[in-house]
Amino acid sequence: MENRIEKRIELKAPVSRVWRALTDHREFGEWFRVKLDGPFVPGEISRGQITYPGYEHIKWQAVVQKMEPERLFSFTWHHSLDADADISKEPTTLVEFRLEKIESGTLLTLTESGFENLPNDLRVEAFRRNDGGWTEQMKNIESYVAQRP
Amino acid sequence: MTAKRQAHALVFAALGDEMRLLLVAKLCGGQPRSISQLTEGSRLTRQAITKHLRVLENAGVVHSVRTGRESRFAFNPEPIEEIKKYLDLVSEQWDQALSRLKSFVES
Repeated sequence: MENRIEKRIELKAPVSRVWRALTDHREFGEWFRVKLDGPFVPGEISRGQITYPGYEHIKWQAVVQKMEPERLFSFTWHHSLDADADISKEPTTLVEFRLEKIESGTLLTLTESGFENLPNDLRVEAFRRNDGGWTEQMKNIESYVAQRP
Repeated sequence: MTAKRQAHALVFAALGDEMRLLLVAKLCGGQPRSISQLTEGSRLTRQAITKHLRVLENAGVVHSVRTGRESRFAFNPEPIEEIKKYLDLVSEQWDQALSRLKSFVES
């Protein structure tokens, strides 16, 4: 049983470009679908509002962990769908973006770990709320993006 | 609330151990097994195996069935399936987010 998620994706853009898309809070917000209050600062809480359709009531809260320029960006976040959730009191998972220069541009490796910290009721709740609607919405977005590269 | 959360948080923790994963692998075939059968071929003692089984039982991953003087342990798939569904969901969300990132940096 794998308790972590790992994704690798090749991006046809220089490492510096990808680094900016990940760590500039406005750029991050564009593709992640979140409106952040301010820049990412290691050790500090990043706050904002999810802009993803149907999830606008959810606040974004993460604690920025590491920002090693053009190499590693990481943060911890919680999985609660409760609008009043407070990250200092919630169990979190660790999200890490690792960048590597390759011939075609950048190899980005994403990992999310620490799912063993999450209480089951959060997972069940997230799953219940997402049942049906979420998967459909994801497909809509995917086709939207594909049409407007 | 706290008690409920603690109880529910056990599943991932229970699976975060090599020996317990091995026990789950032995049990997930569906056949209930006794502690003696589960101890066979292992370098761990019967007591150690029993302790691991109790952790899995606490998390609802296995349950014990008493037959005569012996306890047999059987696999309970529901908690693991629930976790797998959640990981699949988060995984899918990352796929979508990364594909948006790809369009974003490549345009």
